Amino acid sequence: MFYFLTMPRTLSAPVTVAFDYTRSTGPVVGRFLTGLRDGVLVAGRTSAGDVVVPPLEFDPGTHEATADFVEVAPVGTVTSWSWVPEPVAGQPFDRPFAFALVTLDGATRPFFHAVDVASPAQMSTGMRVRVRWAEERVGHINDIACFEPLPAGDAAATAGAAANQSAVDEDPQREPTPVTGVITPVSLDYVYAASPEESAFYSALLEGKIVGQRCPTCQKVYVPPRSACPADGVAPTELVELPDTGTLTTFCIVNVPFLGQKITPPYVSAYVLLDGADIAFLHLILDIPADEVRMGMRVKAVWKPRDEWGTTIENIDHFRPTGEPDADYDTYKHHL
Amino acid sequence: MAKLPAAVVGVGQTHHRAKREDLSMAGLCREAMDRALLDANMTLDDIDAIVVGKAPDLFEGVMMPELYLAEALGAVGKPLLRVHTAGSVGGSTAIVAATLVQAGVHKRVLTVAFEKQSESNAMWALSVPLPFNMPVHAGAGGYFAPHVRSYIRRSGAPTHVGAIVAAKDRQNALKNPYAHLHNEGTTVESVMASQMLWDPIRYDETCPSSDGACALVIVDEDTAKASPNPAWVHGSVMRSEATSASERDQVNPQAGRDAAAALWKQAGITNPLEQIDMAEIYVPFSWFEPMWLENLGFTPEGEGWKLTESGGTAMDGILPVNCSGGVLSSNPIGASGMLRFGEAALQVRGAAGEHQVDGVRRALGHAYGGGSQFFSMWVVGAEKPTN
Amino acid sequence: MRDVAVVGFAQRQMEEFDGSPTCVEMLVPLFAECYEQTGWNRHDIGFWCSGSSDYLAGRSFSFVSAVDAIGVIPPINESHVEMDAAWALYEAWLKIQTGEVDTALVYGFGKASAGVLRRTLALQLDPYSMTPLWPDTVSLAGIQARTGIEAGVWDERAMAEVVNRSLTDAEKNEYAIRKGGSSVEELLARPMYADPLRKHDCSPVTDGAAAIILAADDRARSVADRPAWITGLAHNVDPISMGNRDLTRSPSTAAAVRGLDLGGVEVAELHAPFSHQELVLRTELGLADDVAINPSGGALAGNPMFTGGLIRFGEAAKKVWDGSADKVLAHATSGPALQQNLVCVMEGREKAEH
Repeated sequence: MFYFLTMPRTLSAPVTVAFDYTRSTGPVVGRFLTGLRDGVLVAGRTSAGDVVVPPLEFDPGTHEATADFVEVAPVGTVTSWSWVPEPVAGQPFDRPFAFALVTLDGATRPFFHAVDVASPAQMSTGMRVRVRWAEERVGHINDIACFEPLPAGDAAATAGAAANQSAVDEDPQREPTPVTGVITPVSLDYVYAASPEESAFYSALLEGKIVGQRCPTCQKVYVPPRSACPADGVAPTELVELPDTGTLTTFCIVNVPFLGQKITPPYVSAYVLLDGADIAFLHLILDIPADEVRMGMRVKAVWKPRDEWGTTIENIDHFRPTGEPDADYDTYKHHL
Repeated sequence: MAKLPAAVVGVGQTHHRAKREDLSMAGLCREAMDRALLDANMTLDDIDAIVVGKAPDLFEGVMMPELYLAEALGAVGKPLLRVHTAGSVGGSTAIVAATLVQAGVHKRVLTVAFEKQSESNAMWALSVPLPFNMPVHAGAGGYFAPHVRSYIRRSGAPTHVGAIVAAKDRQNALKNPYAHLHNEGTTVESVMASQMLWDPIRYDETCPSSDGACALVIVDEDTAKASPNPAWVHGSVMRSEATSASERDQVNPQAGRDAAAALWKQAGITNPLEQIDMAEIYVPFSWFEPMWLENLGFTPEGEGWKLTESGGTAMDGILPVNCSGGVLSSNPIGASGMLRFGEAALQVRGAAGEHQVDGVRRALGHAYGGGSQFFSMWVVGAEKPTN
Repeated sequence: MRDVAVVGFAQRQMEEFDGSPTCVEMLVPLFAECYEQTGWNRHDIGFWCSGSSDYLAGRSFSFVSAVDAIGVIPPINESHVEMDAAWALYEAWLKIQTGEVDTALVYGFGKASAGVLRRTLALQLDPYSMTPLWPDTVSLAGIQARTGIEAGVWDERAMAEVVNRSLTDAEKNEYAIRKGGSSVEELLARPMYADPLRKHDCSPVTDGAAAIILAADDRARSVADRPAWITGLAHNVDPISMGNRDLTRSPSTAAAVRGLDLGGVEVAELHAPFSHQELVLRTELGLADDVAINPSGGALAGNPMFTGGLIRFGEAAKKVWDGSADKVLAHATSGPALQQNLVCVMEGREKAEH
């Protein structure tokens, strides 16, 4: 505990970077995913004669798009595996399981997926496994829930006994529309940390203060402070407290809505050059119609109620016009 | 020692669209690559090394996608590099590929740059809110619009100059079968009437979000002999500065000015407006045409808009700019810079089709990225450089 | 080709960097160390090139603020690869070879602890058939390790020997975040983690940064008594698919060194994030038994993402600088299960001619 008191850490907060990617598959990946939707495993035959699941989009020898497809069995042999003791989010199981390479009967190259067993003692290279299909299949790799061990008495328990590869034919029973797209959600959790200089800045905001830092070389005051002066590459040293008034140098009016946007458009996003600072920063302008906002307008911070403050620049809700005469262009033109 | 000569002998690009739903990422790259190889009369087996460029990996949700693409791109068993310098990456990637030849390390290099923006949403990918910060960011348009306003204020340009650029580039795109936008009937008036998105930038003054790729085959002097029309690299430059720094000129950045000065020097050019026959300049928002004309030294500061307004940058002007339709008509971000470099090469090779400008001997390809902080540019010429 | 040497090197490695993912505050003192070693400042550097990853930082354009650490007025000749900084060094070496510049500073940085590294790296895989299963790095390495064990190419004892030597050597490395050898028997007695891997077979999640200065010809001679001259540098790549390549081999490593002269190499710094991968690399490189492998402790002692490869260059070069070796090898890897590999030979004595 005392450690943290004497060695304060930088400020940090969680960030999730998440998007459901919409992937167009092209003809080869689409053929494979169409097969999964229809409950069959489609492999590609290479010019060298290998039968590969999933099919390679382009042949490693000729570099042509793969066009020779065959069906292989949903049964195969484990050729290598690794135990997953602590699954991470998104993996096929949230309990320990195995990832494995499985050479499907009819294929010459192994296929990667999960095997559902309770302990590594139940895994072995050479074991026979079969596909466990997902309850609902949509044309996605997760249409295969996993592989599972074949029961000992199963007819396919011996390698090669199961159906071998066969030509892919168009079964009229199957849904005729091929899969051309797939949605793959990607969600990653990060802890975003501020630099020590930014941490000092955000911490000061908790006290209602704005602090900048002066570069010892060029004497410019940066706000927020930076870990290095971008002109000189040296760490700034001297802290400078700044007022919450300044000059709007330039701006735009955002009329565009977009995914993840936190402020409802239209709004004015503006560069505010605080009095005494040598660099402007972006903030929000309110309390004036957007079409009356001007370059050179004098502005002052409007703080949120104190009980809403945190270690964030959002303590300043927005900037508003002060009503003073606009700053002369010559006073801020070198900040554009 | 001097750089060894290098020439572009193959240029390929995809048909750029909002969504190329018919192709995977590998298929997108290969459409451009196969066209470049066909143009160069080569196959992948002739290629010594492959250089891949693209902008942020968050666009496609694949980390370092060149790794999974290696086999489909024919890179297995070869050196494979991946460049990422923000929006300038297409240009930087071409320069790195040329460097492999200029250093004498390889003879035949293929470079491909791509973006499949329909896999996600660029506004989202560029505006993921950071804790503690004010969430006022609104994509690239939101970033650049205040600086466009500064340019207008500083130069005194009339407000329709941006619309002149947009109308010109959209008209040029009609002559380019690969362009994403084929908006018939775009006029200065129709651009002025379009919705104000990031005031002062209107909808029709912004680039689209595209799926697309561009590929170049760059070879050494010996190999270039087999080409009927190589485009020789006369100069290439990359310059970077900070996103923001005290008193940094965001309208006319020093990195761009320095890069241009170095480029003209390398290429032996003393009067770029006279000696450059056409230019493909990275203009994602219309106002960047006059801004970059000044930054590149084609006009004195504050007068770029006059060249645009006078029609000087039209197909029949003194300096045709973005005859392909430019970024305003096709913007697969990672590939956009390479498209500029490739279109410049097509022009000096006399291979630009309907949007060819007569008699182009030297052309500029230009790209920029980040907060107008990364610049890459090259001059290509019909003649082998003498220096 | 021009003679180009490594003349400066600085690094940081830590379990958890208490600072921003831009790592600017970590880079400033690193550059200062490189300037101290060479007597140069930023104005002496002709070209800058860095390696880092947006997905490691969790945001687009995560590298753009790194140039602040340099000080970029006036603007600089600069590039960036979304790869380990060892490939940034390759790009910088090319730039020097063209004659455009004589010096370069190469750097890499990454804060792997900002996310769950072994999960983040699943985004490197085939986005249609692999990433949706979120295969973690450790599992992929485990499959590779078992393939070799069951094929009789290596065994758990050989893996434990690699670990024991690495962690013993790491005791002398102030930057190592995991160190302390014991014995092969004791290591083998520890429990399995991701069977067939024990925790010590896997490199620890590491934050860090590194910087290297390259210089050509007399520029190198003017600042170093014994520059580490690069006499061979090449890289190559394999398919990513775990099923479509021989996991007990590294064809791309073999291809990279095909044109290099490895005879007489005394020290090899190999970028092997998992113990068995060192065994694969040693075989492909054909290193003799008397070659000292990873005297720094190697990646098993600390493996900052996007810097782990570049650090191998610095550690190998140091052996040339201090006169303890005349010829050394540095290796970097990228991608799952040694997919992409880069190899560099450095020598204290200049080649008689080219």
